[in-house]
Amino acid sequence: MTEQTADSGHGGFSMHRVTERIGIHNISLLVALVGLLVIFGVLRGDVFFSTRNLLNIGMGVAILGVLAISQTGVIVSGGLDISVGSIVGLTTVATAMAIQATDMAGVGLLAGIVVGGLAGLVNGLLITYGRINAVIVTLGTMAIFRGIAFILSNGQSISIFNDAFRWIGTGRILGLPAPLWILVAVAIGFYVFMHKSIVGRNYYAIGGNAIVARLSGLNIPSYRVAIYVVSGIMAGVGGIMLAARTGSGQPISGSDGLELEAITAAFLGGCAMQGGRGTVVGALLGVAIIGVLNNGMILTAVPTFYQMLAKGTLLILAVFLAEYRLNKS
Amino acid sequence: MRTLFLRTRGLTRHFGPVRALTDITLDVRSGEVLALVGENGAGKSTMMRLLEGVFPPSRGSIEIEGREVRFAQPREAHAAGIRVIHQEPEIVPDLTVAENIFTGDLPRRGRVFLDWSKLYADTAALLETFGMAGELRPRQLCAGLGPAQRQMIEIMRAVQAGGRMIAFDEPTSSLTDEETGRLFDIIRKLRAEGVAIIYISHRLAEITELADRVAVLRDGELVDDLPADGITEQKITRLMVGRPLSDMFPDRAAATGDVVLEVENITTEHVTDVSLNLRAGEVLGIGGLIGAGRSELAKGIFGFHRRRAGRVLIHGVELPSGDTAAAIAAGIGFAPEDRKEEALLLMQTILENAVLCVPQKVSSGGFFSRSKALELISGISKQMRLKASSLDAPITSLSGGNQQKVVLTRWLASDLKVLILDEPTRGIDVGARSEIYDLIRNLTDTQGLGVIVISSELPELLGLSDRVLVMADGRIRAEFDRNDASEEAVMAAAITHGSAEASAQLEGVGQ
Repeated sequence: MTEQTADSGHGGFSMHRVTERIGIHNISLLVALVGLLVIFGVLRGDVFFSTRNLLNIGMGVAILGVLAISQTGVIVSGGLDISVGSIVGLTTVATAMAIQATDMAGVGLLAGIVVGGLAGLVNGLLITYGRINAVIVTLGTMAIFRGIAFILSNGQSISIFNDAFRWIGTGRILGLPAPLWILVAVAIGFYVFMHKSIVGRNYYAIGGNAIVARLSGLNIPSYRVAIYVVSGIMAGVGGIMLAARTGSGQPISGSDGLELEAITAAFLGGCAMQGGRGTVVGALLGVAIIGVLNNGMILTAVPTFYQMLAKGTLLILAVFLAEYRLNKS
Repeated sequence: MRTLFLRTRGLTRHFGPVRALTDITLDVRSGEVLALVGENGAGKSTMMRLLEGVFPPSRGSIEIEGREVRFAQPREAHAAGIRVIHQEPEIVPDLTVAENIFTGDLPRRGRVFLDWSKLYADTAALLETFGMAGELRPRQLCAGLGPAQRQMIEIMRAVQAGGRMIAFDEPTSSLTDEETGRLFDIIRKLRAEGVAIIYISHRLAEITELADRVAVLRDGELVDDLPADGITEQKITRLMVGRPLSDMFPDRAAATGDVVLEVENITTEHVTDVSLNLRAGEVLGIGGLIGAGRSELAKGIFGFHRRRAGRVLIHGVELPSGDTAAAIAAGIGFAPEDRKEEALLLMQTILENAVLCVPQKVSSGGFFSRSKALELISGISKQMRLKASSLDAPITSLSGGNQQKVVLTRWLASDLKVLILDEPTRGIDVGARSEIYDLIRNLTDTQGLGVIVISSELPELLGLSDRVLVMADGRIRAEFDRNDASEEAVMAAAITHGSAEASAQLEGVGQ
């Protein structure tokens, strides 16, 4: 006999149902987040919970959030994209150059998205049809895209004076900064795509077991290429956000460990190294933890060098915990 | 000379609910060649792995010269003098012949440095003893060596490491006749020196030629242990397969319909020039030994492997090569042999696994519809008598039989014309087996499907099939009508053609 739980799902409200709904993993992330809030609240309660500081945290993680969410998609498919930081840098330059040439915000947006998408396409084609390991390909293109950004800009910062474009980084809607709204839109879009659409669910199959996916009739190469294009476009969106906020295109942008933080957030959020597992909500919680940690460490005057130490440790710990959980199950 | 070296007492090994080996009590004597025979899955490999310490027995014990031993890992078995020469020799291609032979036991100068001159001198002496001096040089890299030479290196490794019992697992499957002859000379020499030999082979002629004693395994049990004197191939075959056909199998339909699937002369990387056709309502069995190319044929038809030549047609319409999506769209379903590696997404739920091949039926506007999925799958899973706490339970929470039912549910959810089942009851208990047999017959008789069943279990193959094809070396070697098919005939066809040499000879005669 098969019992159906579909009916029981609509039944009474119970703690058990709530845990099941949110997921054990996300609950532990929430606990960790609350723990951090308590620690920094106790240490610097005067500043930490001020509206200004909380908005600061939000602004700080908006770009990271976009990258962590698309990184989750890549990791679920069984890949990894460590070139995203460089694509951000490249797209800030492309966007700034486009706006300098035309003084049109729309052209700047288009330039960022197209250049990001092309960069992702290069990654995807090399990984899928060149049959080169994703880590190696994106490690190589990480240097290549950064190099192109320097060549295009001649190593100089390119200023952006277009106000409409600057609004993307500095404007507010309902009191919240525009970058946060972009993050919300990307998160909702990806949530629906990854968890509700057939195509998104197929990525879980491909990352979970490529042989099973192929024997189920999925065209794996085109899925693989597409996810890197998406990752490139999202890095382009990140580049647009950064260029709009700083009012400039800088080849050095995004080189301060943005990919490290994005990958850390994805693994904190429950991604499995070999693919097939990971959620958008988890990635957002991972991003929140990193944002609070970054902000708290600055407020409590942890020296920069030690902050780097903490971030690296967090990535290794996140992957260790993810693998440990997987082996246990 | 023939003294007892090793004895197993009541050796038993389960894998979950499956009994791979039951209560084996067997002696292995020094200076004697013991042949171990049995069908695929009879328990020979399990026996070897227990002796070599790959995994421990569930019950029972192993004694060496009267003392009980327990091996936690192969290294300990090796230290006790037990060596297994595997079908695929474990040779490091980038090392020299000498280094491969002395792996793990390289001569040293002082504590740290390798004594190259001693290594090469010892290797040269060993090559001389084995009559390989003209063929292999100590300093030669192993990368370009053929299977016979690799195997010889593994044998020399076993001997130089002080192997007192050497087991050969299908050693001649990739050897020429001449190489086989030389191997036999070496085995006889080892026997004369007092090494205990276990010899596993499907080639019964080799066994009557070489063995002193024959032990027969069937369904994980030792059915006979007898001297090889005067034994015939016919007698061994009878012992291997001789069990009554159970009455687990449903009655077969008398009539079948039109041809659904035509396979015309397909060749892939693994199979050569295979043709077959399948009618609606028919069960076509494919038999043969492991490695005969049966699973590869299924994957070639299904489009998992690219075709180099030939055509696959469903109702007269040709399918593109290497395109699983087109095969599924045309109505072919394929349940592979290895459920965990090739059929199931182990991180996902029963429901997610069940709807994998029918996205168009469980979605609206490109988005997954849980209600449609539940409606579709709950009906089929009830019909399949799936035992699960909930369709949202992880797939890994199910038993092997129920996991297989989920795989079948996946295909029944799509509109099938042809279903290919590769070892459909492997690792499945008897109860679920007969349910799966009933289901297969139900599909052919009431829904008019054509079903291909690949099975290494002869009773299953013969009990289910309307027609049986036998494969060997990637080709179809024999076809039997249900009335002509007997276990002995199928086995004989699979074994007689079981090597490239044998088949080449047969083709020369004109098959």
